[in-house]
Amino acid sequence: MLENYLSIFINAVFIENIALSVFLGMCTFIAISKKIDAAIGLGIAVIVIIGITVPLNNLIYTYILREGALSWLGYPNVSLEFVGLISYIGVIAATVQILEMFLDKYVPVLYNALGIFLPLITVNCAILGASLFMVEKSLAFGESVVYGLGAGVGWALAIAMLAGIREKLKYSDIPDGLEGLGITFITVGLMCFGFMSFGGISL
Amino acid sequence: MAKSSDVLFSPIFKENPIALQVLGICSALAVTSKLYPTLIMCVALTATVTLSNFFISLIRNITPSNIRIIVQMTIISSLVIIVDQLLKAYDYETSKTLSVFVGLIITNCIVMGRAEAYAMQNGPYMSLLDGLGNGLGYSVILIIVASIRELIGSGQLLDKQILPLASDGGWYVSNNFFLLPPSSFIIIGLFIWFLRSWKTDQIEVSEFKMSKNAPKEIKVDHA
Repeated sequence: MLENYLSIFINAVFIENIALSVFLGMCTFIAISKKIDAAIGLGIAVIVIIGITVPLNNLIYTYILREGALSWLGYPNVSLEFVGLISYIGVIAATVQILEMFLDKYVPVLYNALGIFLPLITVNCAILGASLFMVEKSLAFGESVVYGLGAGVGWALAIAMLAGIREKLKYSDIPDGLEGLGITFITVGLMCFGFMSFGGISL
Repeated sequence: MAKSSDVLFSPIFKENPIALQVLGICSALAVTSKLYPTLIMCVALTATVTLSNFFISLIRNITPSNIRIIVQMTIISSLVIIVDQLLKAYDYETSKTLSVFVGLIITNCIVMGRAEAYAMQNGPYMSLLDGLGNGLGYSVILIIVASIRELIGSGQLLDKQILPLASDGGWYVSNNFFLLPPSSFIIIGLFIWFLRSWKTDQIEVSEFKMSKNAPKEIKVDHA
């Protein structure tokens, strides 16, 4: 039982790292990785939101959308899977909004630290992607909690590393056209090769 | 009508969504190992961004600004669901290859970014053109990356053997490096370099410029 959870977690953090192996959340990954502080703040916000929304979407999928899930209402043959996308994104947008209001009222310190990043997260494909992968892997509820946290930690780890590299990179002499975005792409490409070496590990 | 052609064509090279605006990168990397799925993805995204820009612009004056994100999300995800269902009905194989990436068009920043930056301020016709232009700008990069990867990686284009492989008696030894997903980062990086050497106004200014009188080579004294 515990081993299963642990292997899902390690798998989500390293082997199927959501940024560097599946390439999700790349837009924010590249746009907000100039400073380590900002990168870590965004990383934490992503961990929190992914950790909440993946299990929530798992419940919605299991009890409402899946084929046969509505049999308790007397509709055993109904499958609502085609509205999956819109319900997941609804859950994510609502969670972000609620969390923002909650933090604003009760934990203003954290709100000020995360402030600008929270609304950005609604359109971070890592969050929606994690929910879609959760459905594709057909995880149980407990597993989805672990998977969500693992995916978030993996993403946060990756953005913190990239920010670290970019902070050093700005002192180096880069050809004009490659400055900024270009060299960042190449750096991320090399990081991905690094993470591919985890691919051989089987748990 | 100089202005509308401007709106349509400037996103292709001058304000390319991927190379300059840093939008919509995720799918650019993950679906480009073969040309055919890439073309399908480009059509899907272009259709979504064009229509979503049009509809969002139509209702821009009656949308309350504090719930606009949710309204935009609803329009975009309805369009994506239609695209997804059409793809599953008519090209099931490709929809399996693209897996979650069709669904992820919803959170593709190009769609959201253009809705927010353009369609909320401009009329339906211009927004339609802006969406189309940005879709094309995205497609240009994806098609270039996918062609390079498929041609060098397996010697094929659209599943037709262009370069005869050495394993089948030809002369070309395929370079598997280009089939690996990270190679697309490197190709896009080099493409940006190429684009910015051509359109020099896109070059970013370095925070710490090398000073002019810095020594070109640092001599190490191995005494």
